[in-house]
Amino acid sequence: MPFHTHRLPNGLQVIAETIPSARSAAVGFFVKTGSRDETAAEAGVSHFLEHMVFKGTPRRTALDVNLDFDRIGANYNAYTSEENTVYYAAVLPEYLPPAVDILADILRPSLRDADFDTEKQVILEEIKMYEDQPGSTAWDKARRLHFADHPLGNTILGSTASVTDLTSTQMRDYFTRRYAAPNVVVAAAGNLDWPGFVDLITAKCGDWSPATVGRDHLRETAGAGGTHVLTKDGTAQEHVLLLAGGPPAESMLRYAAGVLAVAVGDESGSRLYWELVDPGRAESASCGPDHSQGCGMTVTSFSCDPEETAANLESVREILADVQKNNITAEELATAKNKIASRVVRASERPMGRMRAIAGAWVYLNEYTDPDTELARFDAVTLDSIRECLDRYPLDRATTVAYGPLAKLA
Amino acid sequence: MAAQQLFSHTLPNGLTLLAERMDHVRSATMYFLIPGGFTYDPVDKLGTATLLAEMIVRGAGERDSKELALALDNLGTDRGESVGPFNLVLSAGTLARNLPAVLPFYADIVRRPHLPADELEPAQELALQDIQGLEDSPQEKVILELKKRYNPAPLNKTKYGTEDGVQAVTPEFLRAHYERHFRPAGAILSFAGNIDWPRLKAQVEDLFGDWSGAAPKPEPTGPHAPKSEHIPKDTQQTQIAIAYPSAPFGHQDYYAARGAVGVLSGGMSSRLFTEVREKRGLCYSVYATHDTTKDRAAILAYAGTRAEKAQETLDVTVAELRKLRDGIAADELDRVKAGLKTSLIMQQESTGSRAASMASDWFYLGRVRAVDEVQAAVDGLTPAGIADHLDRYPAKDLTVVTLGPTPLTVPDAG
Repeated sequence: MPFHTHRLPNGLQVIAETIPSARSAAVGFFVKTGSRDETAAEAGVSHFLEHMVFKGTPRRTALDVNLDFDRIGANYNAYTSEENTVYYAAVLPEYLPPAVDILADILRPSLRDADFDTEKQVILEEIKMYEDQPGSTAWDKARRLHFADHPLGNTILGSTASVTDLTSTQMRDYFTRRYAAPNVVVAAAGNLDWPGFVDLITAKCGDWSPATVGRDHLRETAGAGGTHVLTKDGTAQEHVLLLAGGPPAESMLRYAAGVLAVAVGDESGSRLYWELVDPGRAESASCGPDHSQGCGMTVTSFSCDPEETAANLESVREILADVQKNNITAEELATAKNKIASRVVRASERPMGRMRAIAGAWVYLNEYTDPDTELARFDAVTLDSIRECLDRYPLDRATTVAYGPLAKLA
Repeated sequence: MAAQQLFSHTLPNGLTLLAERMDHVRSATMYFLIPGGFTYDPVDKLGTATLLAEMIVRGAGERDSKELALALDNLGTDRGESVGPFNLVLSAGTLARNLPAVLPFYADIVRRPHLPADELEPAQELALQDIQGLEDSPQEKVILELKKRYNPAPLNKTKYGTEDGVQAVTPEFLRAHYERHFRPAGAILSFAGNIDWPRLKAQVEDLFGDWSGAAPKPEPTGPHAPKSEHIPKDTQQTQIAIAYPSAPFGHQDYYAARGAVGVLSGGMSSRLFTEVREKRGLCYSVYATHDTTKDRAAILAYAGTRAEKAQETLDVTVAELRKLRDGIAADELDRVKAGLKTSLIMQQESTGSRAASMASDWFYLGRVRAVDEVQAAVDGLTPAGIADHLDRYPAKDLTVVTLGPTPLTVPDAG
């Protein structure tokens, strides 16, 4: 598929994959910033700012932003991760120019104090909402314990205290520091006209600050290790996570890690599935890679009746130790690759899927891969490359966190 | 834009085959609707349909559970087994070139499942853990509790069933339930993607042509006797769920009802999001949705918020529901239409969306709506037409279920 790239004089990157047969187009502004880039005093600011971006500009009130998106029938939203804040819209092809106009405009937000105060209440509600969902809290706590003082352990939402104390001045400082043009990739995929798209972005984003933006603490970490039991009264199930090291987002070993995780812990047909879910010992069990810049993880998790936790954890550790020692089998390798091939093809059939894929590759690697290249890379994974991944990132050396009603594991 | 390539064929045994060919994709998705949803669960065995969905893939034809899973995995099949009110749904997404190899496995699953007696207990364990897990998912729980209290029998059942019901199911009963419900008359098999219709039709006739029988009719709907209630729970947030009647699928008011819900809860400029969240910061999540079956429908509204703001959140939400009747502006409706148009067109980029949508159309309407037909109906919506609809279906007699630390008061109709 035709791929295009362009760099504005201020450093902003524009990329697109044009798919003439598509019925829609997707566009995303990827800002390379997230909770890992926050100081302790501004914990939660990346995510709070993501909300504030929708609160308007000198040209638009908050309501205008929503009205303008809805007038063109856009499917739009935003999300914040540990290291990316992403604003996106999927639209019918004729509405791509107005969608870009809105997105580019709101990315230079006014950050008005009255809006800041109201939206702070929404963020505090969001934090409370997740506190009522133990599976989500378990994940935040496990990351913090595993990463210890590494900023990848910072929670995305921040805490009730940190968000309550946050000021609009702190947010403006953070915005100036992180939202400069060289730290932004604009990606589009679908039915669009490339020269016209570049003209649009140039017109709307050409005056953005060219300041250099960096990222500290890119070191890899194997994680803190240990077994931690965190008791939460009033919860029903025990949520257990085992966080091991894994290849970073830039590493070619990520393909091996992806295949390995499917064999060990895909939702069905994997080792964990047959050992824990099929016999009804756990409600769910899975294993998945988690790639960040400079540092990655392989996360194994399950949730179950609290009484079954100790026995289940022992079984999971046996599986991880066995795979670490003996690798997966050739049959498991072949099956995992077949599953992934189908998923890669199906995910690539919608412009939104392609937009996310090309943006991810560009943000981390400054490279473009089409779906067939991705397929070929997964297909090239061998037992030897999985062995290499296991040797480098042992699956059985994990930080273990249990969150739920239990006071102790045995 | 090229015309849709829609196909349908009903076999002599009553099985309906639907398909849409999509030229620009390499995948295909199947939806298989079998009339064995949770409303058919016996009252002393609530949870039967969910157990059957779990058991149906544990071995079929000549393969045991593991062999069957491995074969489907090697064909890159993303499987799903789920339970709705009327149907047990099997779905499979894969590469279109693998579809002819996948289908015989589904003929085995549907017609020759092993339902191994010694695997019922694990399936029951899973079902019991799902019930337990609901306690950790208050947002899902409050909607279920609302439906239990709002809907008449048998729609007041849930797919989860009850602990007692799940435990009361025996291998013999499950087999008998399977034999009653897994029948071609009334079943719907729907495909979308890069399919070859003549070949698909021939293969389906070959695999399912000699299947026979009809599933039982659904039990008649009981009286509508909704009940509001507060369910105490020590949580950070209070969950609020509201229901009141609307127009069902196929009713002349159906599109007007969808338009009205869009005004309430379409994009982020819609009324609930603007008034409850954007202007007042009362909550993170607030929405309304249209919940329909063949002959009855409801508007369901939801908001979750801290206890100290819960009463105000309920008051503002209810006020917005009632205010709809005061009139809808033309530009509001234009935004709703723009959103619906986008959804319709983007649905045509997804094999899963199209296969599911065609199956649903056939189940509720007995035919597949072309995208152009839906588009024309959406284009035909007017503020006056929606106002007439709201006169017939106003937001009144609200059923309100709350879950959280303290009860709330439902505001009187002013």
